[in-house]
Amino acid sequence: MAGDKFVYVTFIRTTPEALWEALTSPEFTRRYWFGVVMDAEWKAGSPWRMLYPDGTVTDTGEILECDPPRRAVIRWQNEFRPELKAEGFSRCVIEVEPLEKAVKLTVTHMIDVDDSRLIVAVSGGWPRILSNLKSLLETGEVVLN
Amino acid sequence: MNDDAVFRALADRSRRLLLDRLFERNGQTLGDLCEGLDMTRQAVAKHLAILEEANLVSWRRQSREKLHYINPVPINEIAERWIGKFERRELDALSELKARLEKQPQT
Repeated sequence: MAGDKFVYVTFIRTTPEALWEALTSPEFTRRYWFGVVMDAEWKAGSPWRMLYPDGTVTDTGEILECDPPRRAVIRWQNEFRPELKAEGFSRCVIEVEPLEKAVKLTVTHMIDVDDSRLIVAVSGGWPRILSNLKSLLETGEVVLN
Repeated sequence: MNDDAVFRALADRSRRLLLDRLFERNGQTLGDLCEGLDMTRQAVAKHLAILEEANLVSWRRQSREKLHYINPVPINEIAERWIGKFERRELDALSELKARLEKQPQT
């Protein structure tokens, strides 16, 4: 196997624009992502950082592609766990696809490392984040704080 | 995409086995998944379609291959529905205790 990857999908009753706003604006991410904020300009070539509520920088990288409200590709490296940082850069692809009654959100996270520990670390977090995001957009409330 | 579809998909031993195999090694083709299984290729394809319908399996094309991935998001949504309000840390501790006890050799 060449590298490691996961593909997570959720369907949310919302609009692509509202979902994009929720994915990229700090006011939103803070609410469903357990206080986490992404710091980026959301255009190709701009630096990207992820921060914990206390200001700790958890991950850094670069926006590789950005096509609002449809698609973003982030070059993503962990910063606070040495064994994860050592694996180098991963790629996170976020795709938003409008369907008849809902919007399909696909998050693909991949790295050119077999049995990647970074992929294990991030794969555990995404389902909870996506459930919270879905709940926030559909009901205005998060499930978990 | 609803809970009924998820529960229906999970209510079958063969489909749970397919999810187990994807959990063990993510990103497999239909051919990979058929290996060593006592099921026809058609049966595996049919089970996969039901899992995809319930959004428990996602897929990507890589060159000419269709690779299947386990998608745990719907299971997480079901878990949050009933478990979310309880103390997650305590539940984690219980799961860990169970895992540790079950790993110990029986005396």
